[in-house]
Amino acid sequence: MKYSYYPGCTLRTKAKDLDAYAKASARALGFELEEIENWQCCGGVYPLGSDEIATKLSSVRALNEAKEKGQELVTLCSACHHVIKRVNDDMKHVEDIRTRANNYMQLETPYAGETTVLHYLEVLRDRIGFDVLKEKVVNPLTGRKIGAYYGCLLLRPGSVMAFDNPENPTIIEDFIRAIGAEPVVYPYRNECCGGYISLKEKELSKNMCDTIMESAEGFGAEMLITACPLCLYNLNKSTAKKLPVYYFTELLAEALGVKDAKEEVAK
Amino acid sequence: MQRIGVFVCHCGSNIAATVDVKKVVEMALLEPGVVHAEDYQYMCSEAGQAKIAAAIREKHLTGIVVCSCSPRMHETTFRKAAERAGLNPYMVEIANIREHCSWIHKDMEEATKKAVILARAAIAKVNLNTPLKPGESRVTKRALVIGGGIAGIQTALDIADAGYEVDIVEKTPSIGGRMSQLDKTFPTLDCSACILTPKMVEAAAHEKIKIYTYSEVEKVSGFVGDFTVDIRKKARSVDMDKCTGCGVCQEKCPSRKTPSEFNRGLNTRSAIYTPFAQAIPNVPVIDREHCIKFQTGKCGVCAKVCQAGAIDYGQKDEIVTEKYGAIVVATGFDTIKLDNYDEYAYSQSKDVITSLELERIMNAAGPTKGHLERLSDGKAPKEMVFIQCVGSRCSDNRGKSYCSKICCMYTAKHAMLIRDKYPDVNVTVFYIDVRTPGKNFDEFYRRAVEQYGVNYIKGQVGKVAPQPDGRLLVQASDLLDNRQIKMEADMVVLATAIEPNPDVRKIATMLTASIDTNNFLTEAHAKLRPVESPTAGIFLSGVCQGPKDIPETVEQAGAAAVKAIGLLAKDKLLTNPCTAQSDILLCNGCSTCANVCPYGAITYEDKEVNDHGIRETRRVAVVNSALCQGCGACTVACPSGAMDLQGFSNRQIIAEVDAICR
Repeated sequence: MKYSYYPGCTLRTKAKDLDAYAKASARALGFELEEIENWQCCGGVYPLGSDEIATKLSSVRALNEAKEKGQELVTLCSACHHVIKRVNDDMKHVEDIRTRANNYMQLETPYAGETTVLHYLEVLRDRIGFDVLKEKVVNPLTGRKIGAYYGCLLLRPGSVMAFDNPENPTIIEDFIRAIGAEPVVYPYRNECCGGYISLKEKELSKNMCDTIMESAEGFGAEMLITACPLCLYNLNKSTAKKLPVYYFTELLAEALGVKDAKEEVAK
Repeated sequence: MQRIGVFVCHCGSNIAATVDVKKVVEMALLEPGVVHAEDYQYMCSEAGQAKIAAAIREKHLTGIVVCSCSPRMHETTFRKAAERAGLNPYMVEIANIREHCSWIHKDMEEATKKAVILARAAIAKVNLNTPLKPGESRVTKRALVIGGGIAGIQTALDIADAGYEVDIVEKTPSIGGRMSQLDKTFPTLDCSACILTPKMVEAAAHEKIKIYTYSEVEKVSGFVGDFTVDIRKKARSVDMDKCTGCGVCQEKCPSRKTPSEFNRGLNTRSAIYTPFAQAIPNVPVIDREHCIKFQTGKCGVCAKVCQAGAIDYGQKDEIVTEKYGAIVVATGFDTIKLDNYDEYAYSQSKDVITSLELERIMNAAGPTKGHLERLSDGKAPKEMVFIQCVGSRCSDNRGKSYCSKICCMYTAKHAMLIRDKYPDVNVTVFYIDVRTPGKNFDEFYRRAVEQYGVNYIKGQVGKVAPQPDGRLLVQASDLLDNRQIKMEADMVVLATAIEPNPDVRKIATMLTASIDTNNFLTEAHAKLRPVESPTAGIFLSGVCQGPKDIPETVEQAGAAAVKAIGLLAKDKLLTNPCTAQSDILLCNGCSTCANVCPYGAITYEDKEVNDHGIRETRRVAVVNSALCQGCGACTVACPSGAMDLQGFSNRQIIAEVDAICR
């Protein structure tokens, strides 16, 4: 199975691991991530201004390329996923945005939200299946107590992201079970880490991350996993930090026994 | 040829400010058949009606058109006025030039044009009207009440006290309803059971009242005054006549793990059970799904210990068919499911409970014998947080858009009772608004704040986070102080929205009673006919019509009873003559009409017809005019045009359309 793949800027700089382990794991699971050509930064933040068009065009280009290839579009970074999924929803449902974006794009066939956007976790859950994943695990991470950290971008707004129950999600816990480890459920796993506020008000973001860390540790987590480079950055700045934070793809690669293959895949 | 009079009403300025009524009169006079037209300030007034009567007599009118408000308002008024003047009431047509015209238009020229067209259509119809005569139907002098909560009990008592027989059908093994689950009632704080059980006993002992518990309405046919209802009496597996209610079977039953419905699943019950101590009837039922005997065949302990020999494993469901003149729906409510509100951690912590669960915890017969304690570890709480409007007044589709109305008062009650009995417990209530209209209600709420020191904070709770030590961290906004709050609590109580009992959909369908988007039964008129369904002979009692507390429920129950009594007191009812008729020369007996008829009014008979000299026997549709409600579905469905509705014939409708399009 071949998917169009949108990595995003961070996966080429600070979050190379997230990308490399994902590709190595994909190969082990029998699907291919075909990077779309000439992708551009998604903008990092979904533009809330209803008349803002220019910053949505990068997403539309990526979405349209996947459409032309007849493939589903897979993302990894929570922020990219959030922006692209919401822009896709706009293109499908908001006539004004669709018309104006298409006026800019001058495509042969106008784009109207036809592409399905999937997060890598959704591919594992809905396309591969966690039960199949479990069978492919060669190195189950038995005994590891892992707290899932969702953050907010994957979950909200719930009606558009349609990823999981925003107040009580289970997809990463199910993933943790599939790779043989033990999920630790703690109430702050879906709370915001502060996001970009850490650039301006470090204290605020730090406090938010402290709450998350303390809660996870209190419930017995030994490590956290996330899909978001910014969450990982912020959680690592927490002064209450005692738990290591990993990308979920790193543990996936480890469980599939392909952790060492990432350098090779990256080339 | 008809001699038609047209009467144009000003309705003060309601019509005349937007419609040129003189112009409507002038134009009406040009229509075929019209021999008289006039306008008047208030046609519905005595003077207006006198003008109509005078014109009918003097001009020998055979039909009239009144251009006025909706026929829902004054059709009856004008029909009666015409009848008094010697005209058949079905020769009266209303052109609605108020709701359908003046109220919704601003431009006088346009509105006048439309009023003229509406008048023209009505005139075209009257030209084809024929005098109709209503028939008569009998009234069965017995009422059915569906639901045995306080609403149903009160309605039944009031009807029975007026001398009519009443049957109550209750789904659960006992009457009593939600009120039997409550501990204390606001604003007087009397014990719920203490005021309810006398009513239950009175209903059970009343010679005019028959109670079917553990029973459901299965099928309803007929119409106002003459309903036929099938009631399914579910197999109790216990002989009602032999059982003495000693309770030994329940003590000895080895299957004890079924969540107790009465205690909201907070503890368990035996498979053979009566829901609560004061249950009426005091005869247990066997829950066959959880009974070892029924599931594996190996048990039979209850039959062994029963001294009276009342256990009957072979009992079967029984269908009872009864006739009723009136039906009262009193199906009540339940709290909503909290699946969409995981931020309050209801599914994640045993110490987050609903208010109805708290009622059971506070009750001496409840799972904790009335001691306020955490369900997780049995410890006494020190900090309690109440969250109001959980699922009520919700602007997205997670909950209900309406206010559940009872929560502000019962939350104040809970807070007050806890502070009274356990003064060392701090109580905080988060609210959007505190709504306490009602006699002695606001005084009650203020007492909770001022005398009992309950801490009310305006703001919604965003998250309840269980902590590793088992306590609950409540995150909220204080909107008056404009700050974020984080406070620890030992228990959190959710004032969960109420919704109509889910079974009401099924019942409404059987009764052809309409329900709204929230599954509340619709009243015939929101203000003027609040306890009647638009379907004749169906009355509404209690929360099935809208959220209400006990005093309001009892009031409405009495009102529904009065309306039912008003119906039962009549010996005969006039039936609507606008029923369907089949033209046997056109009918080809295809059965299409019978398939669409919601009232089962159409049957087929072999009839001899003389079709242009050819005599033959044909299978043709016959309408039972006593059953036909004049909905017109058959006239639209009939492929050969044989079905026609009297008073709304195909010719009349087409004439109206032609007049509009002219």
